[in-house]
Amino acid sequence: MRCVTNADGMLSADGVLGGNPLFYFIYNAVGHVAPCWLSYLIAGLVIMLILINAVLLGAAIVSWGERRLLGRFQNRVGPNRWGPFGAFQPIADLAKLITKEDIIPYGADRLAFTAVPVIMVAAVLLGTAVLPFAKDVALVDLNVGVLFVLAVSSLTSIAIFTAGWASNNRYALFGAGRAVAVLLSYEVPVVLSLLGVVLVAGSMSLGDIVAAQAVPFFLVQPLAFFVFIAGMSAELNRTPFDVAEAESEIIAGYHTEYSGIKFALIQAAEFGGVLVVSGLIATLFLAGWAGPLADWLGWLWFLIKTFIGIFLFVWIRSTYPRLRLDQIMAVCWKFLMPLSIINLAAVVLEVFFLRDANGSLSTADLWIMAAINIALAGGSILFFGRFIREKVRTDAHTAIATNPVARGASTIGMG
Amino acid sequence: MWFEHIVFWVLSVVAIAGALGVVLVRDLFRGALLLATAFVAVGGLFVMMNAEFLAVVQILIYVGAIAVLFIFAVMLTRDVQQGNAPNRLQIPAAVISALLLAAMIATAVSTDWTTLSGAGLEAKAQLAQTQAVGIPNASDLTSAGLTPAEVESVSSGGLADLLIGNFVLPFEAVSLLLLGAAIGGLALARGRGR
Repeated sequence: MRCVTNADGMLSADGVLGGNPLFYFIYNAVGHVAPCWLSYLIAGLVIMLILINAVLLGAAIVSWGERRLLGRFQNRVGPNRWGPFGAFQPIADLAKLITKEDIIPYGADRLAFTAVPVIMVAAVLLGTAVLPFAKDVALVDLNVGVLFVLAVSSLTSIAIFTAGWASNNRYALFGAGRAVAVLLSYEVPVVLSLLGVVLVAGSMSLGDIVAAQAVPFFLVQPLAFFVFIAGMSAELNRTPFDVAEAESEIIAGYHTEYSGIKFALIQAAEFGGVLVVSGLIATLFLAGWAGPLADWLGWLWFLIKTFIGIFLFVWIRSTYPRLRLDQIMAVCWKFLMPLSIINLAAVVLEVFFLRDANGSLSTADLWIMAAINIALAGGSILFFGRFIREKVRTDAHTAIATNPVARGASTIGMG
Repeated sequence: MWFEHIVFWVLSVVAIAGALGVVLVRDLFRGALLLATAFVAVGGLFVMMNAEFLAVVQILIYVGAIAVLFIFAVMLTRDVQQGNAPNRLQIPAAVISALLLAAMIATAVSTDWTTLSGAGLEAKAQLAQTQAVGIPNASDLTSAGLTPAEVESVSSGGLADLLIGNFVLPFEAVSLLLLGAAIGGLALARGRGR
């Protein structure tokens, strides 16, 4: 049985893979000679193959770019031996890691230990499924896109914990405990900041959110932008929030025991995570594929904005020293939480008063919101920054003695 | 559509095997991981029923938060290595879970599902003619003859209307319950005499 065609001779695959033009093309080309399910399968697999390779290659580029940039920030050279500006360094790294011995420690839970790198890479790859790379080009434009990204990123926490537990290593367990404490706490302000974005856009679909950004949301909701970047730095275990793999304290945290190809996969997941989160920042706050000139140039604007996100992360990483675990908790609950709640309250009020009869906002409304919210962001960051500075200066010992969060933290290696 | 059947059976078997594993496996940590697996499989079943919102929330809350808290609890439990020790409450537990299962089956059988699934089934049958594979989305449902209100009722917007409309009392009661749980947890963590 062949595929049924519609009036203009095209096969109908509307919506399933969100109008991806390449998918349509392959689906139609194969569908005229093969059964429908087969052409569907082939088209889907081709798209996924391209996407997976793009993300993993992107992770390699991010790892090289991050090391080069860090080198520049720290007034040194960075990898520069192989290829132009050392660009082939990731290939050399990968070749080295693949040829190394793949060790599973004695007493480890072999199955769980092996599953961790797979789950981590899968979680990162799943996150790319809803990213709109250009106008109407996404693998799927889910109507719950924002929630989907949050859901798949929450899979990482379980993988990290499994890594720590299955390694049968105290340092790995400490790292995992810290990582999960950080991940669970920072989930709250991140979700609250995204609520504001969803409210203004009026949709949870990433495509609609890009379309709603007549004014980019980093201007409309600077507080949400700030909280999201801080929260995502923490969720990606990056300095200043990288206690989970603080090499001066607990060797390498949850991936202490990983070596060879498994370590390479975990690294790929970490750098791929940076890539996906930067893509998400570009989509949610920097207006995604929207840009000047033609619509088909959307991929270019998206890429440029993604690289802006990556650069921001590297910049933050190279600028700030590592925080203690109790300081990280204080920053989350006493600084980012109030900021995200202020942002949400302000956005709710503004949307309530500014929206027209259809419940939509005009570009002028967005500019008004931007003006109010930028002032609000400056004021509240200054106010709560002063407040948190006093809190963070509290001596670690008094904090552990009086604060249940810090005391709980001390049992997972913070003491 | 045998493709959907395969996916359904894979997800169902994984969900049931995972749930059985939680009860039967001795290693508490693996039990928690199997629980997470079962949650993911149930999320997949939700996707097959076009309830994307429910599926995503299932993963976000059950896998991302609840399973992680279970693992946290396992980590903080002393003598985990001894595994899941048998206890004297096996028979009462069996009776209670059997009663719960009976109650759930009775509810599922007695619920009037026709209002939503009647229109949905019709739409699906029509879709099967125009489009041989895949999950219908909102525009498919509209083109298959569902009214906008019916399309809305299967989306997150419709869910929100129900939650803050008809079911506002249980919704608020649940938030009170969660507040109580949070305060209780804080009280336990602070300990006595402080």
